[in-house]
Amino acid sequence: MAKLTAGLATSHIPAVGAALDNGKSGEPYWQPVFKGYEFAKEWIAKEKPDVVILVYNDHASAFSLELIPTFAIGCAEQFEPTDEGWGPRKVPVVKGSPELASHLAQSLILDEFDMTIVNNMTVDHGLTVPMSLMFGQPAEWPCQVIPLAVNVVQYPPPTGHRCYMLGKAIRKAVEAYDKNLKVVIFGTGGMSHQLQGPRAGLINKAFDNRFLDLLTADPIALTKMPHVEYMREAGSEGIELVMWLVMRGALDDDVKETYRFYHVPASNTAVGHIILENKN
Amino acid sequence: MEKPYDDIPGTIVFDAERSRQGYHLNMFCMSLMKDENRKAFKADEAGYLAMWPMTPEQRQSVLDRDWNRMLQLGGNIYFTSKIGSTDGLSFQQVAAMMSGKTQPEYAEMMINGGRSIEGNRYKSEQKRG
Repeated sequence: MAKLTAGLATSHIPAVGAALDNGKSGEPYWQPVFKGYEFAKEWIAKEKPDVVILVYNDHASAFSLELIPTFAIGCAEQFEPTDEGWGPRKVPVVKGSPELASHLAQSLILDEFDMTIVNNMTVDHGLTVPMSLMFGQPAEWPCQVIPLAVNVVQYPPPTGHRCYMLGKAIRKAVEAYDKNLKVVIFGTGGMSHQLQGPRAGLINKAFDNRFLDLLTADPIALTKMPHVEYMREAGSEGIELVMWLVMRGALDDDVKETYRFYHVPASNTAVGHIILENKN
Repeated sequence: MEKPYDDIPGTIVFDAERSRQGYHLNMFCMSLMKDENRKAFKADEAGYLAMWPMTPEQRQSVLDRDWNRMLQLGGNIYFTSKIGSTDGLSFQQVAAMMSGKTQPEYAEMMINGGRSIEGNRYKSEQKRG
């Protein structure tokens, strides 16, 4: 049977991808950021997932305002990187996991999560930057990926509680799949940041660190946080953090925190990263 | 509809109402994902904007590169920043302009830990302060 062993969360800042792509990762500004991911690269090389379920958001790339799915699951065989205005990132094409993705879609919908099924889409920095941070710059990505896009562009995103419950339904669906696959789930986005208006550049280290503490120890408390609190305390784009709760919901209630990293700034944003493992 | 986020200072939440108001403005921005459209826009901005059923205020805000005004008129930052990219600006340059700073000042603020949350939670704090 398939097994979901661990989850990790990371910011998906576009400038981080650009720094890597343009060979700037050794510069003093970027060095501390990339150093913070060295552990994760070693960890995931040992963990060797067959499939990553990657929870992220599209940023007016594959989805404009024509179609705004709250939860969209990518069931295609592959996903090309989006041209976000400077040409597509020169990273490998993302290989999907169509059979498991279709199984997940069916199970989730019957569990009352009304997923949008996507068979043709590109993936932007929200998905490809976490891949680069975890796997570096290989010729091919070492695992299959199921993109799970969450709307956080138009208010309201799904609630934190809804995201957490989706995670639980994902766990159930993975473990009902009758192939021997190792699955790891990524929650991405955040941490505190605001990209718009006169309050742009907002960072709230105390909020972020409390969020990391609770993510490990008391995620139920986080599921009760209203959207306005994310936006007020962590910036209008800090609300992306609800996506981390999908990841957390897919893990055991009691988890081992294997690694944590926090750094300010990368471009306009606080970088946060955590690895959580099921104990059994 | 109650909007408990309206008292956050310096912040325009892109909710359903703003999305409706800004639909054509944002879809114009979306068109700038294509190189031929970027070239057409740069060659004749007013002419290109006239092809989109936007309000005169929305068109003017684009011509003026009045980034905050675009947001007030229903623009969303992930869309309006495509105008910045078309102009060859980095995201941080646009963010600096929206917050009334030069890019070096803004970058310095970020290196020093970003804009503090203290005094920036409620509009009422700013009136007092």
